[in-house]
Amino acid sequence: MTDEKKSTSEWPLWEVFIRSKAGLDHKHAGSLHAADAAMAIENARDTYTRRMEGVSIWVVESKYIHASNPDESGALFEPANDKIYRHPTFYDLPDEVKHM
Amino acid sequence: MTSFEQHFEDKINNEVNIEPRDWMPDDYRKTNIRQISQHAHSEIVGMLPEGNWITRAPSLRRKAILLAKVQDEAGHGLYLYSAAETLGITRDEMIEQLHTGKAKYSSIFNYPTTSWADMGAIGWLVDGAAIMNQVALCRTSYGPYARAMVRICKEESFHQRQGFEILLSLVRGNATQKKMAQDALNRWWWPSLMMFGPNDDNSPHSAQSLHWRIKRFSNDELRQKFVDAATEQAKVLGLAIPDPALKWNEERGHYDFGEIDWEEFWNVVKGNGPCNKERLDTRRKAWEDGEWVREAAMAYVEKRKNRSQKAA
Repeated sequence: MTDEKKSTSEWPLWEVFIRSKAGLDHKHAGSLHAADAAMAIENARDTYTRRMEGVSIWVVESKYIHASNPDESGALFEPANDKIYRHPTFYDLPDEVKHM
Repeated sequence: MTSFEQHFEDKINNEVNIEPRDWMPDDYRKTNIRQISQHAHSEIVGMLPEGNWITRAPSLRRKAILLAKVQDEAGHGLYLYSAAETLGITRDEMIEQLHTGKAKYSSIFNYPTTSWADMGAIGWLVDGAAIMNQVALCRTSYGPYARAMVRICKEESFHQRQGFEILLSLVRGNATQKKMAQDALNRWWWPSLMMFGPNDDNSPHSAQSLHWRIKRFSNDELRQKFVDAATEQAKVLGLAIPDPALKWNEERGHYDFGEIDWEEFWNVVKGNGPCNKERLDTRRKAWEDGEWVREAAMAYVEKRKNRSQKAA
């Protein structure tokens, strides 16, 4: 993603997400320029799946992506920091307990 | 040092990648923009010397392979341009810098491809040298650049192998074919060594780039690795590397090799190589000839948008 910097002739920027095989999530692959969504999907195929890296492509115009601010990530993720009881390893069980 | 700078330095020292929206020093941003965009330009201009042989490849098999390789290079250029764009420069600005000569690209592409054997030598040596550099860059500190490099490295190995295979076919052919292979090696060896850049003590940006982990190895370290690998590979081909000083050094555990002609190196960097003008003219023409296509595509999108608004 890029901060928006308007240039007169440039095609819009798109973010590309690719599902590498059925059963897996779409994952960010990179970005590219295209005039519209149909062209973005075709360009994504040529740019990011030349070796069968994908079975499905999502594209979204970069300007529609909202991101958290890295400078505030400390405060944003702090609530998860001190809740170690959310992890299974927090609980000390006797060795005899199986399948848990 | 401000807390922002301290935080940045800590990340660098702990091998934590820097991502687009993270705070970074201006020079870190500028150095990355320069390096990534020049790398992108090299991929794009790098299509030209090989494009020269697509229509004259000796078989359909070779033609399909060469087309696929050149298409990969276009793809690599695109990965890298979009990585550079995350630093705040636009695609158009980068293309403008290439066309005005403000941004450089790898000098190797300013040499002509005069025979089919050159397709072999380029794959083996030029892509081989590029791989040395690119494998190291998979661990560069700027996240989008590192991810682009991982993608590129996965694809690059085929480029080197197909080149070596071309030369292998030639050296197993008749005397003329073997001579073609040797001639290509003679012409491409030294320019390939130049691809690693100036010696470490003449490379002004190196120390800072190594500190920031933009570069992971020095120019001379990578060049030595390349010489060691390629010298052994040349033996398999039965070809002679055109360097009388090339000799195994038992003590160092590396090959010693002769001095690069630095005058030639700087001359080509400054724009006076055999094909500098031709390459840039070709790129500019492609850009200008494509202008109506870029405009028409946007005009079509606008037209359809207006039509669907009217319908609604």
